[in-house]
Amino acid sequence: MSAYVTKSPWVVHYDGSSCNGCDIEVLACLTPMYDVERFGIINCGNPKHADVFLVTGSVNEQNKDVIKQIYEQMPEPKVVVAVGICACSGGVFKDCYNVLGGVDQVIPVDAYVPGCAARPEAIIDAVVKGLDVLQAKRDAMVEGGSAAPAVEAPAADVKYPPIFTMSEVKTNYKVSK
Amino acid sequence: MGKRTIIPFGPQHPVLPEPIHLDLVVEDETVVDVIPSIGYIHRGLEKLCETKDYNKMVYVIERICGICSFGHGWGACASIEGAMDVKVPARAEYLRTILHELSRIHSHLLWLGLLADAFGFESLFNHCWRVRETVLDLFEKNTGGRVIFSICKVGGMRKDISDENLKEMVDVLNGIKAEIKKLTDVFINDASVQNRMVGVGVLTKEEAEELCAVGPVTRGSGVYQDIRMTDDHGVYGELDFEPCVEEGGDCMARTVVRIRELFQSIELIEKAVAKIPAGPVEVKVSGNVNGEHMVRLEQPRGEAFYYAKGAGTKFLKRMRVRTPTNMNIPALVQMLKGCDLADVPILVLTIDPCISCTER
Repeated sequence: MSAYVTKSPWVVHYDGSSCNGCDIEVLACLTPMYDVERFGIINCGNPKHADVFLVTGSVNEQNKDVIKQIYEQMPEPKVVVAVGICACSGGVFKDCYNVLGGVDQVIPVDAYVPGCAARPEAIIDAVVKGLDVLQAKRDAMVEGGSAAPAVEAPAADVKYPPIFTMSEVKTNYKVSK
Repeated sequence: MGKRTIIPFGPQHPVLPEPIHLDLVVEDETVVDVIPSIGYIHRGLEKLCETKDYNKMVYVIERICGICSFGHGWGACASIEGAMDVKVPARAEYLRTILHELSRIHSHLLWLGLLADAFGFESLFNHCWRVRETVLDLFEKNTGGRVIFSICKVGGMRKDISDENLKEMVDVLNGIKAEIKKLTDVFINDASVQNRMVGVGVLTKEEAEELCAVGPVTRGSGVYQDIRMTDDHGVYGELDFEPCVEEGGDCMARTVVRIRELFQSIELIEKAVAKIPAGPVEVKVSGNVNGEHMVRLEQPRGEAFYYAKGAGTKFLKRMRVRTPTNMNIPALVQMLKGCDLADVPILVLTIDPCISCTER
């Protein structure tokens, strides 16, 4: 069974707060020039179908729960690839007031792809590297026990409190009936 | 009348490359109200610009959006040049216009692909993106980057593009013209595509004007408006530019506007390459920014606005960018009211949303 898990890894992609540059390169991987579908890699929208989580862009107050939720919904074993320098460390936006830092502030990351924007070749390379990790996690699961570490609270100290929480926005802007 | 239900759409959704959240209020299958909420991508980029020296700031502004990054770099440079009273050499203006139009070709091909994906035409999506790679190769050859170039700087261009390379660019673009025509004919003539797009999401001329829609959205509703025609930027004045306007106001009209702009951009590049003068591509810029200046550009998605204000130091006091999708969201809300739930993904795509532009 473990021989098959890395033969057709499905990916789910979420845009943290990237500038789109890395997102279109992720999509470029799937289109005829690079065409990762020939290796069985499919981009799916449903996190419950996915083995590999590609995150582009950095983490902020608004999207950290979304990223955490997508990660938690994915079945084990799972691999997280941080695509682009923003997802690795915050990159050029590191000093912005609304940027907490890289994706590893919220969820554990297995492979980092540097670059602004990350080139498709580099993204494919990272997914292939991630497959080794996926295999290792799979083997660990077969032996027993959980492969993925539990989600930890973000370590970064928030420079500014969030302007609105989502529930505040929802109560302030009620649906007109 | 059915019971009202609220359906959340996004921020993570298969048709959305970027996070936007819509609360769709539906009665049976009809959308009656929409509450958009954004903020998933806000980085606070305008504030960051105040802490960077004006030359370094251009790198930050370029990263507002990876799809129209050249235009953002140009807008930022032009607004600072205006504030500092710097006159850019003619060759640099031509090169900027050429690269801006090339960005438009890449952006529209990308969008056509995403639209095809939204209505489930997977092979058309892949063909559009295959053709788009040719344009990206041209970018890589001439600027060094595939999506973010950093070739624009305050005072001109970082490097020249040789005349041979420009001629080759025109040859390559003319070479892919037939392929683009084949693809766009499918969008215009295929019955299954027409089924999804003709008469769907109509935005009337009055609504487009009232809601201040910009770019292909407003031109698809019959409004004769294009910043390339009205403002003095680049060398569009010398290239006999005429905006592409369609009357329908539906999804098909907006698509046809973008398809016509694709071919128009190829023609504009051809004309610009024929007219480009020889000479330097940059002037030396020294001193600090003092004063303010505003510039408008026609991005692939519509009018973008750049405002720079200096206070006699090398840091800007304020950099303000207003981007096209910001202006098109009210129009999107108007289009969505009364549409079928199944048409929501297509309608969201026909404004060509760029959320990272909107939120910066």
